[in-house]
Amino acid sequence: MSILTRDGFHALQAEACALLDKSRKVTNVLVCAGTGCIASGSMKVYECLKDACQKRGLQVSVQLKEEAGAKGIHLKKSGCHGFCEIGPLVNIEPLDILYTHVKAEDCEEIVEKTILGGQVIDRLLYKLEGQTYQRRDDIPFYKHQERIVLKDSGKSDAEDLMEYLALGGYSAFEKALFDMTDEQICREVLDSGLRGRGGGGFPTGRKWESVRKNVSDIKYVVCNGDEGDPGAFMDQGVMEGNPHSVIEGMMIAGLAVGSTEGYIYVRAEYPLAVERLRIAIRQAESAGLLGDNILNSGFSFHMHINRGAGAFVCGEGSALTASIEGKRGMPRTKPPRTVDQGLWGKPTVLNNVETFASVPGIILHSAAAYRAHGTDGSPGTKTFALTGNVVNTGLVEVPMGTTLRKIIFDIGGGIKDGKKFKAVQIGGPAGGCLTEEHLDMPLDFDSLKKVGAIVGSGGLVVMDEDTCMVETARFFMHFTQNESCGKCVPCREGTKRMLEILDRIIANEGSPEDLDMLENLADTISTTALCGLGQSACKPVLSTLRYFRDEYLHHVVDHHCPVCNGRKRRLEIKEDLCKGCGKCAKNCPMEAISGHPRTPYVIDNEKCIHCGACWGACPFGAIDAIEEEG
Amino acid sequence: MSMNERLARVGEIIDAHGAQPSQLIAILQETQAANNYLSQEDLTLIADRLGISTAKVYSVATFYENFSLEPKGKHIIRVCDGTACHVRKSQPIYDAIHDYLQLTGKRKTDADGLFTLETVACLGACGLSPVLTLDGEVHAKMTPDSALALLESIRKEELAK
Amino acid sequence: MAKGIMIIDGVRVPFDGEKNVLAVVRKAGIDIPTFCYYSDLSVYGACRMCMVEDVKTGKIEASCSMEPRDGMAIRTNTAKLLKHRRMILELLLASHDCNCTNCAKSGNCRLQELAQRFGVRHVRFPDTRPRYEMDYTSHAIFRDPNKCILCGDCVRVCEEKQGQGILDFAHRGSELQVMPAFDKKLNETKCVSCGQCAAVCTTGAITVNDQIGTAWKAIHDPSKRVVVQIAPAVRVAVGEQFGYAPGENILDRVVSALKIMGVDEVYDTNFAADITTITEAEEFLQRLQKGGPFPMFTSCCPAWVKYLELNNPKYLKNISTCKSPMQMFASVLREKYAEKDAGDGRTTYHIAIMPCTAKKMEAARQEFMRDGRPDVDLVLTTRELVDMIRETGIHLDELELESPDLPFGLGSGAAVIYGVTGGVAESVVRHCLPDKTKNTLRQVRVSGIRGDEPIREATYDVGDTEVKLAVVNGLVHAKELIADIEAGKRFYHLVEVMTCQGGCVGGAGQPYGLSAVKKERGNGLYAADASALFKRAEKNPVVTAMLAEFGPEWCHDHLHVHYGESE
Repeated sequence: MSILTRDGFHALQAEACALLDKSRKVTNVLVCAGTGCIASGSMKVYECLKDACQKRGLQVSVQLKEEAGAKGIHLKKSGCHGFCEIGPLVNIEPLDILYTHVKAEDCEEIVEKTILGGQVIDRLLYKLEGQTYQRRDDIPFYKHQERIVLKDSGKSDAEDLMEYLALGGYSAFEKALFDMTDEQICREVLDSGLRGRGGGGFPTGRKWESVRKNVSDIKYVVCNGDEGDPGAFMDQGVMEGNPHSVIEGMMIAGLAVGSTEGYIYVRAEYPLAVERLRIAIRQAESAGLLGDNILNSGFSFHMHINRGAGAFVCGEGSALTASIEGKRGMPRTKPPRTVDQGLWGKPTVLNNVETFASVPGIILHSAAAYRAHGTDGSPGTKTFALTGNVVNTGLVEVPMGTTLRKIIFDIGGGIKDGKKFKAVQIGGPAGGCLTEEHLDMPLDFDSLKKVGAIVGSGGLVVMDEDTCMVETARFFMHFTQNESCGKCVPCREGTKRMLEILDRIIANEGSPEDLDMLENLADTISTTALCGLGQSACKPVLSTLRYFRDEYLHHVVDHHCPVCNGRKRRLEIKEDLCKGCGKCAKNCPMEAISGHPRTPYVIDNEKCIHCGACWGACPFGAIDAIEEEG
Repeated sequence: MSMNERLARVGEIIDAHGAQPSQLIAILQETQAANNYLSQEDLTLIADRLGISTAKVYSVATFYENFSLEPKGKHIIRVCDGTACHVRKSQPIYDAIHDYLQLTGKRKTDADGLFTLETVACLGACGLSPVLTLDGEVHAKMTPDSALALLESIRKEELAK
Repeated sequence: MAKGIMIIDGVRVPFDGEKNVLAVVRKAGIDIPTFCYYSDLSVYGACRMCMVEDVKTGKIEASCSMEPRDGMAIRTNTAKLLKHRRMILELLLASHDCNCTNCAKSGNCRLQELAQRFGVRHVRFPDTRPRYEMDYTSHAIFRDPNKCILCGDCVRVCEEKQGQGILDFAHRGSELQVMPAFDKKLNETKCVSCGQCAAVCTTGAITVNDQIGTAWKAIHDPSKRVVVQIAPAVRVAVGEQFGYAPGENILDRVVSALKIMGVDEVYDTNFAADITTITEAEEFLQRLQKGGPFPMFTSCCPAWVKYLELNNPKYLKNISTCKSPMQMFASVLREKYAEKDAGDGRTTYHIAIMPCTAKKMEAARQEFMRDGRPDVDLVLTTRELVDMIRETGIHLDELELESPDLPFGLGSGAAVIYGVTGGVAESVVRHCLPDKTKNTLRQVRVSGIRGDEPIREATYDVGDTEVKLAVVNGLVHAKELIADIEAGKRFYHLVEVMTCQGGCVGGAGQPYGLSAVKKERGNGLYAADASALFKRAEKNPVVTAMLAEFGPEWCHDHLHVHYGESE
């Protein structure tokens, strides 16, 4: 099949819509085929459902194009729903039922009761606090979200171009191709206020305009799918769940800046995303939507996929382009900027997955429509990966400016096991932690910057009271140190030393001077490191030092952390044994012991650092260590 | 697998990429997939055929975490140590496997060459943390015990063969 | 290129085409510290020492990667900058083998210098360094990875200037190292021994293989007659270390110093260069007659010969069969001194003082062994000579001038220019051209053969043939030229290749110098040519007399070598 003209494209789209309408007349069963659900066994569920249907003579069509017949069903592999914790998920349309934790054993029953009988199986529904939810969108996790980029994820077949077309796919590209000039496209994206979703928050339109204005025989569009933040999987969700939206966004970028070559750099750990993108590219090519002279317009665009090989630093722009060129992923100095000399030294648009996936919507529905979401400075929505010690973990999309409280408590269902909220790490190893006091702050690029954190790629890792923040800082420092490319001195040598110090502190062998050294090193590294990874490497340490300094002091002064080493001891003087000799007070380095000779002395536990000097000094064994109650 | 077989396969992979130096990473990935690991001979051949220095190829191969210059075990276990898995206690899982395989120092493969233990920064399955992959297949919500049980079952299967 | 005025530390500094702020700052007379900035190489931006502070924004950035802008106001030594520089130095020292006193680079080490300059007196971090093995396997250089600060200068010079890529980074992060592939020893690699990595090394991580001890032992051995030859490029560079300007020819002082040090006889490699010119020109004329093989490559540069041997042996047949001047000199010396040795019972011990580290490798080649003994017993570099003069405490400027001994101290102007890029080719051309007037010399001079472009071309009429000639300045360009020749894009009869930029004056055995310094040294050699008594090799009376005395058969056996045939 090949579409040569704009009319042909319209016809194909009409066909897709008709097919979708028709398919909706029969039962559609969508089995989630995201990485999470597959890990929970959703592919087995898929096969069992297929068998169970076929056993009962139900015709099963796996593609939109296949007619299901009056007595048939459509069985589809959908993209990620984002609520992996309750997977494998099976969505049944048009009954609008979401089954959770589906196992192979449940399939016979699902086919028998729900598909054939139209009944709801109560035990497979999502339950929360005594309430049962049949519809996905009623579940609090989804109800409080506002899904644009993730809209079709989980609701359509990620491996079927026809479904994408039926839902309006490639219309934005078609509009941009025939009805807009390159300048208009850039203007529209600029007006939308879209800011890069990869971390920096740079206005996308401005980036495109710079590349557009650059004169060059060849330009490139590069998509950064090297989502390396540990604890972030938004881009994975998009690439797996709606790969065509990324491709379409890149093609629009190609139109806007005058590029005919697109590269997607996908993280090595995302084999399924690579597979889905490959399928999508192949389908778009054979449909005539990608390749030479698209829709007979004279515009050509070719897509390439590069797989990462395991280097977090490749998320940095110049390291990523170096890696595509087959080199070590070491960032280089700027200028020249990527928009002037990026891939192979040519002007390059480099955006992340979510940014590109946001573009078709802007072009199709206007910049103003996009601006209706989010805040003035940060319009639109943002996807976050909500993980850690929170009840509901998963992919979350909310308007910019949503508060943490809403995300963690309304969507996330609060802290697991009834524990107390302590902090949330936002933006991964390059970000910072936010605490109780930030729960009601609206999350956007600018507000986060003010408190020493960043949106980053959007990882939100929730930590409860049982998490030691020093250990958390050490974890991130270990990560960055391990992922440092080693090129510039401050990052290579400085993070190594910071990790050494943190290791020492965690082992309760640190001293208060170590905290000064951490701050000094962090100052030099964040000021002088070559690339963004290095400059932000110290953020987790700095922000935990800022908000949880007391936890550091537990380690370096008390040499005892209540979280890491269990409950703290409290020292007390037993009145009956104390003769009031005062030796304890003389030996106390903190002047925490007071009293009058020949009467029992007392320890002020506010001042006490539990060094045990009094214990050693007391000739009567009157000092007692008591395990403190929770 | 003889060295000639290995090198013949590498040659095919290089040809498939038109012997383009820009394709180095893809060539290394495919070579490793075909030959289990990247041997000195593999890398030297790649350098010669792409017309770049061997040191350059070695430099790229040692930069990326996924490349192994030593033979890997028959089964590859990758324990996720992403933030989400970390806060849900993935380290004890890694430690348990590490002890179970009796690994010491920088060794990642056990003595009988059955298992290679690696960590991975994030598998993107944070909703199911802590996770590990065994030969690419994700295993969700693991504990040290369930991880060892998994390894034990594989070992039994191998012994039965 | 941008033009304008910057304000640096409150002073207005005009700029015009400087490629970065760092260059403007240095122009302003401020020695901004760097480790990884080497203006002849690409900008790397890794050491972060050259940070400057923007007056308006307070932003701190590396000046090596900032474009100068009109009106830009920066400060180069604020409290913040000093603090960061000290921290960076302390971090570097913490990972460095700080045994300075017995380090070859002590006194010449950039790390030592800057640590002193910024007053970093102690290191607050524990010593957790891994210990790396040292590499003594190369004839030319010595690697001690424990002293490497990973600035990458060696990696870039090897790749960008020499086109070799023998050294590269391996691993990453805190495990980053510079090493050959698979951490092999240098003698297991395709290293051509050019030594440029040692020349640019900021610390003692790569140094020239130091053989001063061996030299003293020979000099102090009464049973040995120590006979020295000095290459042309040495005389115009050695003075730099004693306060003379680059390019100033102080051969006569060096001869005098060597004599004081106890060397018996001091000769000039120029003498042998004249023999080379004559022999090579004859060979070339023969090839013209026979029709090839073309191009004929020059053979003076041992690193170039090694390069072909290791990477492109099919071109070995194109290499001139003439030995290099150093080896020709040694052949003549052995021949002439055999009788002398037999007469007084002393053994002639031959030391060649060269601008080059690859000459150490050349001297050790099998082809130049006679009865298990090398023709050249020892090669010292200019820098080793400098160290020896310093060791003796001789003040060069107070010495009486002394010319090289005769008969082998005599050379033509065509010989002295061997030390500069294009010089060998020019000498051969002078010999081949039938018209021997001054006018011809001038025409050759301006024919395009001189200069510092990477590949230069010239054509001359020799008989009926229009001879096409190329001069390659830097080994990386030889690769390019061969590719073009193979693609049929270029054709030459004669190609001179010098591995090091600028020719031998830019050799790795010379004192550290940038392009401008190398150019001055070259000019020094051209000046020596201009004032030489005779400008053509065949005008050297000692050479012509001797060649006649030896006869063609001896010459064939002793002045030629066939690379690639020994194995």
